Amino acid sequence: MARSGVDRQVSTCITFCCVGDVFKALADPTRRAILDELTDRNGQTLFEICARLAVKHGLGSSRQAISQHLDVLQAAGLVETRREGRYKFHYINTTPLEPIVERWLKKAGRDRHENQPGQRAGR
Amino acid sequence: MRINLASVLVDDQEKALRFYTEVLGFKEKTNVSLGEQHRWITVVSAEDPDGTELVLEPDEHPAAKPFKNALVADGIPFTSFAVNDVHAEYARLRGLGVRFTQEPTDMGPVTTAVLDDTCGNLIQIAHQAG
Repeated sequence: MARSGVDRQVSTCITFCCVGDVFKALADPTRRAILDELTDRNGQTLFEICARLAVKHGLGSSRQAISQHLDVLQAAGLVETRREGRYKFHYINTTPLEPIVERWLKKAGRDRHENQPGQRAGR
Repeated sequence: MRINLASVLVDDQEKALRFYTEVLGFKEKTNVSLGEQHRWITVVSAEDPDGTELVLEPDEHPAAKPFKNALVADGIPFTSFAVNDVHAEYARLRGLGVRFTQEPTDMGPVTTAVLDDTCGNLIQIAHQAG
């Protein structure tokens, strides 16, 4: 237990160094749509991602533009690619989002729990 | 003017003929020798035997393989066939061991899936919604 806690802290520190890249990656609506579609089905070819963006989001960006968006997501650690034989598939990786939860959401959740909701309501 | 032939570039004509007839279910229409190494092989849809013929064309030109490999790496099907029901065809072909790079997906006006023809190409199958 204690050891995994330390490991988590270490990984959080490492990930924090790149958290700016994560926010930059998430700042673009096309890149968020890519993550939405990979959440719908993980492991897609570039062709499938482009088709889904065009049909479901009305994003008629060029294949090169989508490829560049994927590069940004990959640099932020939010997308990973795996080669299977001659094909290349893209997968979402939510691990870089965990420090955001750790940093604000979990703390806020604890505070809310400690200060009774009724007490806060009057503020 | 009308379209009577379309081609797929295949790495092995005999293997391609088996896949396109025995697995996909097309019918052999023409199969004649063109010299020692190559044949002129076309297949047609069993539902439309007088319709457009698909030529199983050797991919030996040096530009062909880099072109095919680049398309496959990005998951791009260069050829698409119409089916009545993509989900049913997906299930049938999976049962025959066909590899899909895209499972059946609702793409607005069409439902599509993408399969590997074992000859170096990705093929889309599609049906119109409604």
